[in-house]
Amino acid sequence: MNRLRLFLWGLVAAALALFGLFAYQLSQPKDEFIQSAMIGKTIPPFDLRPAVEGLPGLSSADLADGQPKLVNVFASWCIPCRVEAPQLEALRRSGAPIVAIAIRDRPEDLAQFFATYGNPFSAVGADDVSAVQLSIGSSGVPETFVVDGRGVIRYQHIGEIRPEHVALLQAKLAEAGMGAGA
Amino acid sequence: MIAEFGLVCLWLAAALAGLQLVAGLLGLRTGWEGLAVLTRPAALLQALLCLVSFLTLVVLFARTDLSVALVAANSHSAKPLIFKLSGTWGNHEGSMLLWVTVMSVAGGLIASVERRLPERTMLATLGAQAFVGLGFYAFLLFASNPFERLASAPPEGNGLNPLLQDIGLAFHPPTLYIGYVGLSVAFSFVVGALLTRQVTPDFAKAMRPWVLGAWMFLTVGITAGSYWAYYELGWGGWWFWDPTENASLMPWLAATALLHSASVLAARDALRAWTVMLGVIAFSMSMVGTFLVRSGILTSVHAFAVDPERGGFILALLAINIGMALALFATRAGTVAEGERFSVFSREGALVINNVALSAILGVVLLGTLYPLLTEAFDVRVSVGPPYFNPVTAIFALPMLLVVAVGPLLRWRGDNLARVRLPVILLAVLGLAVLLGVWLASDVGLLPLLGFAVAAVVVVGSLLPLKGRNLLRLPLATWGMVVAHFGVGIALFGMAADTAFQTERLVAADVGDVIEVGPWTARLESVAPVAGPNWTALEAAIGVRHGDGAETMTHPQARSFWSPPTETSEVSLVTRWNGQLYVALGDQAQDGRWQLRLWWKPFVTWIWYGGLLIALGGALALVGRVVTDVRRRRATSLIARRRDTAEVAA
Repeated sequence: MNRLRLFLWGLVAAALALFGLFAYQLSQPKDEFIQSAMIGKTIPPFDLRPAVEGLPGLSSADLADGQPKLVNVFASWCIPCRVEAPQLEALRRSGAPIVAIAIRDRPEDLAQFFATYGNPFSAVGADDVSAVQLSIGSSGVPETFVVDGRGVIRYQHIGEIRPEHVALLQAKLAEAGMGAGA
Repeated sequence: MIAEFGLVCLWLAAALAGLQLVAGLLGLRTGWEGLAVLTRPAALLQALLCLVSFLTLVVLFARTDLSVALVAANSHSAKPLIFKLSGTWGNHEGSMLLWVTVMSVAGGLIASVERRLPERTMLATLGAQAFVGLGFYAFLLFASNPFERLASAPPEGNGLNPLLQDIGLAFHPPTLYIGYVGLSVAFSFVVGALLTRQVTPDFAKAMRPWVLGAWMFLTVGITAGSYWAYYELGWGGWWFWDPTENASLMPWLAATALLHSASVLAARDALRAWTVMLGVIAFSMSMVGTFLVRSGILTSVHAFAVDPERGGFILALLAINIGMALALFATRAGTVAEGERFSVFSREGALVINNVALSAILGVVLLGTLYPLLTEAFDVRVSVGPPYFNPVTAIFALPMLLVVAVGPLLRWRGDNLARVRLPVILLAVLGLAVLLGVWLASDVGLLPLLGFAVAAVVVVGSLLPLKGRNLLRLPLATWGMVVAHFGVGIALFGMAADTAFQTERLVAADVGDVIEVGPWTARLESVAPVAGPNWTALEAAIGVRHGDGAETMTHPQARSFWSPPTETSEVSLVTRWNGQLYVALGDQAQDGRWQLRLWWKPFVTWIWYGGLLIALGGALALVGRVVTDVRRRRATSLIARRRDTAEVAA
C-alpha cells in the first residue's frame, strides 16, 4: 500500500511538473519572434551528404555562390510536404533555383517520394539529427527559406506553400537579387 | 433579446451548479442532511437551463443574427442551413458551450437514473460533477462569452472555414465531445467513491455503462475524424499523429483500459487502484487534449490562433481538477485496499497486461506529443512524426493484441495452460503461417508484416469465446466483447494492407490520357467549371475501370470558396469491398495538362469498418448491461412488494 501511495504522489509531482511546463510555454513569446531571429543573418557553415542517389548534397558554400535560392526543409514522412509539391514545381518552372534539406529521412523513402510527387530540387542534403535545420532557425517541416547570393537568410516561410504563397516567394527571391546579377 | 436570454440561462445554470456543489458536499456531513435533498433537483434544472442556453445559440446561428459577435465572426447568410447549425460548435466559444452542456446533461442524467450507489456516494459524485462543471462555466462566462453583442452589426458574416463545411465534420465535434465529457462522469464517480471510501464492485457496476457510452462516442468520433481527414484534406492518409488527433486518441486509450479494469472490479472486486487511477487519467486526458488544441501552444508553429489568456484559464482548471483528484487518491490510497487476489495466469492477469500495455501506449503518445514542447523549453526544436510513433506504439500494441486473442478464453481467478493449450497452439500456428506466407509472397515492411499476422490471430481469437456456447443465450455484453475484438482485428488488417500494398500515381495528364494505378485504369475525359451555393470549382470527369469491369465516372473537384477565400480539394472515391480508389484533381500546369493524383488503397475501408465494429461492440455491451440492470431492479422491487404484502397479510 505504501508503494501505491508513493507512486501516486509521484504521479501528482509529474502532473505538477507538466502543468509547470505548460504554464512556462504559455508565458513564452510565440514562434513569430524566434522565426525572424535568423533573418538578415548568414547561414552557419555546414556540409550535408547527399540524401538521395543522383543528386548532390548541400553545403553552406553552395548557398553563397552568388545566386539567390529557395531552401526547402522537408521530409518524405511529412504530409504537408506532399501538399506543397505542385507549388514548388511551379516555382521551379518560373526559374527559381531550389535546394532542399531532408530531415531524418532514408534514401529509399526519398526516392519513392520524388517518384510520386516529382522532384523540384537541384540538390538535397541529409540532415539526420535536425542539426542544420535548427541552426538556421527552422522548427518544423515544411519550411522554406529565401537565401540571397551571399548566404544570408532573407525570408522564412513556415508551413506548406499554398498556391497563394507562390507570388510572394517569387517577389522575395527578386528582392534577394534574383535576375539582378545575371 | 434572444442572445441575452441565452446568457441569463447560462448564468442561472452556473448558479445551480454552485448550489449542487454546496448541497452535495455539505449534505455529506451529519446535521446537514436537509440540504442534500436539493442536490438532485439542482442537477436536473441545471441540465435543462444549460441545454436551453445552447439551443439559443443554435437559433442565433440558424437566423444568422450578425449583431452577435460570435455569429458575425463564424457564419455567413449564404451558407447552407446545416452548416449554419454546425457553425454553432465549429468555433471556440460555441464548442466550450457544447462541452458544458454535455457535462450538465450527463450530470442531470446521473441524478435522475442512477439508483445503485449508496446515497452518500451519489451526493459526493454529483458534488464532484458540479465542481468540475463550475470551472468550465467560469471559463465560458468570464473568458469566452458566446453571446457577446457587437456595437453595430456588420452587413455580412465572416463565413466559416470551408474545410469545416462538410457533413461529416458537422457531426464530428459533438460526437467527440460527448465522448470527452462523458468521461467526466467516470471522473466524478471516482472522486465520489474516494470521498466516501466506497470503491466497491457496485461502484464499478454503476460507472461501467457511463464509461461504455463515452468510450463508444469517442470510438465513433475518432473513426469519423480519421475518415474526414482522409477524404477532405486530400492527402490520402488515415492517421497523421497530429496533436489534434493524439488529443482524441489519449482519452480513448485510457477509457479502453478503464472499461476493462472496471469489468474486473465489477466481477471480481480486484484492480481497485487501477480502476480509480484510470478513471482519473481518462478525463484528465480529455482536459489535457482540449487544452493542447484550444490553447494553441502545440500547433503554434503552423498558423493556429494563440490565446494565452484562455490557455492560462484552461490550464488552471486542469491543474485544479487533476491535481486535486490525484492528491485525494494519494491520501486515500489506504482505503483502496488491494482487493481479491488472483494468479498471473488468469482472466484478471490478462486484463492487467492489457492495462499496462494501454497505459504504456498512452505514455508513448503523450511523450511524443509533448516532447517538442519539452525540448523547446531548453531552446532545442524538434518535430516528432510517424518514425517515432509507428514503431514505438507497435512495440506495445502488437503483443497486447496477442493477449486480446487469448485473454477472453481464460478463467477468472486462476487457470492452467493445459486447459487452453489447443486454442493457443492453433492461434500461434495461424499467426506464424500468415507471417511466413506474407513474407514469402510479397515484399512488405516489418510493421505491416507483423500487422497481418496479429490481425489474423485477433480475428480468429475474437471468435473463440463463442465456441461451445448457445449463441441465442449468450449475454449481449459477451457479444459486445466479441464484436469489438473482432473489429480490432479488422481495423488492424486494413491498416496493414493499406500500408503494405497501396499504389500511388501523381501525373500531369491531357484530356484523353489513360493512367494505370494498381488494378485500375483511369481516363481523363474533361475538366469543366461548376458552381455551388458559396463556391466555384473546376471539376474533372474521369472514367475509371477496375480490371475489365464496367466504367464508373468520377468527378473530383478543385474548389474555391469565396468567403473566406480558400481552396479545397474534393476528392472522388470509388469504393469496392476490397478497397478504395482515391482520385484528386490538382492544378493546371502551364502547358495545359492537369495534375491528377490517384491512389489504389487496398482494404483501407476496413480500418473504418473495424472502428465502427468496435463502437458497435460497445453499444451491444451497453444495451446488455442496461437491460440486465433494469430487469434486476424490477425483480428486486417485485420481491420487496411481495414481502410487504406478506407482512401485511401476517
